[in-house]
Amino acid sequence: MNLTLKVWRQYDIQDDGRLETYDAKDIPIEASFLEMLDIVNERIINDGGEPIHFDHDCREGICGQCSLTVNGIPHSKEQGITVCQLHMRKFKDGETIWIEPFRAKAFPLLRDLMVDRSAFDRIIAAGGFIDVRTGSAQDANNLPVAKTRAEASMDAAACIGCGACVAACKNASAMLFVSAKAAHLNLLPQGAPEKDKRVLGMVRQMDAEGFGNCTNLYECEAVCPKEISVENIARLNRDYAVALAKEAAV
Amino acid sequence: MSLSTCAPCLFWQSSIGKKIVVALTGAFLVVFLAGHLVGNLLIFQSSESFNHYADFLHTMLHGWGIWLFRATMLVALALHIIATVQLTAANRIARPTRYQKDATMVASRSSRLMIWSGLTILVFFVFHILHYTVRVDGDLKQLADFHQNWAMTVAGFQSIPVVLFYILAMGLLCSHLSHGVGSIFQTLGLRTKKSANVINLFSKAYAVVLFFGFISIPVSICFFGLGEKEMNETIQKVEAAAKAGLTSLPDAGDKH
Repeated sequence: MNLTLKVWRQYDIQDDGRLETYDAKDIPIEASFLEMLDIVNERIINDGGEPIHFDHDCREGICGQCSLTVNGIPHSKEQGITVCQLHMRKFKDGETIWIEPFRAKAFPLLRDLMVDRSAFDRIIAAGGFIDVRTGSAQDANNLPVAKTRAEASMDAAACIGCGACVAACKNASAMLFVSAKAAHLNLLPQGAPEKDKRVLGMVRQMDAEGFGNCTNLYECEAVCPKEISVENIARLNRDYAVALAKEAAV
Repeated sequence: MSLSTCAPCLFWQSSIGKKIVVALTGAFLVVFLAGHLVGNLLIFQSSESFNHYADFLHTMLHGWGIWLFRATMLVALALHIIATVQLTAANRIARPTRYQKDATMVASRSSRLMIWSGLTILVFFVFHILHYTVRVDGDLKQLADFHQNWAMTVAGFQSIPVVLFYILAMGLLCSHLSHGVGSIFQTLGLRTKKSANVINLFSKAYAVVLFFGFISIPVSICFFGLGEKEMNETIQKVEAAAKAGLTSLPDAGDKH
């Protein structure tokens, strides 16, 4: 198939950046989206040009490294997948595809389509862990956890930290990521004792990183490759208010 | 305790805290709107019950009630507006470079235009207060001075441009509420996967009911001539009484 690509090229954060147009001819329909970019890059290199820089790692949809905005939607309009799991059969022959980076002030651009998502790491470092060693895996049911809580925690833990929620949010808010990471630990007996400290720490770090504020548009849930629910955001709102009240009272 | 570390300051400065302020003040305004509508709909019952209701509002708690309410309303409105303007400004800063190709998956138009629908409603609010509370129009003021609030309301809706502006503002209010009511539940942490659909439906239904409820009054008056005859009679009586130097209508059956 033949495609026209409109790709965001930017040398570094100081550079203004611009969209450049590439003809992607004779792309096999069974290629993945990243393989299509590999093919285009090989041709650019053969012509002596600078290849399009983009992040990728496992190409199995589980690492959270790939981060392309395809036609205005992070990881493309296909639901529940990362962009590495997107295949060219989802496009029409002759189509023009817009490829941009994940855009947010808190994700400074490194080059072309690569952004620095270490703001997420700093949020995790501000509370997304448990302080004590919990030892190796215990016998099943040694530590009773209600089925509904275990399920909710597992669903939240599915977050791969790719940042699509931030990229899709009209306000570049990180609430879905933060709420998923907080819920995943807060809901379990191992994480519950530090719940308030965790919630306050992570939310404060999130605010300090310069992410926007959630206005309940639910775009994040719609693009999340792991389909994390915005129920986690409601839970975080509640937990934050309680934690702050407790902090003020003590 | 310094300004930056007091608990209410931390609450106000944080993203979630400020949104909870928006949700709580929004909830107050949403409940007020329902009460306002129910009171206004008395206009269809009779001029006596409407005027009686207006008198009740002005005299409850020995006249303090209305001022207590107005003060609360003003504080709630101010907090709601300041917080949302600040949040919106922060949101703009959070994405300095916009997408060249922008797309939306699920967010409704209403939800993305909240700041604009809200600010237009603010303009309407100022107009509405000048229209019926301050009464910059001398004729309306005279009717109100004689406790003829029913006739005042009917007289105020005789102008088509005014009524069209009311309908436009109510349309934007409907849009604002269709997202806002549901958002209250999410921001206060009361929305779950199970209740999400019910909350969405409630939010939209509330907005639509309020829209038709509120516009029914100016539309009936302006386009269907509701109460035109009685209004003209009342205006004549009030003018005659004013000329005679009276401060209330002789046959009004003064309730004070």
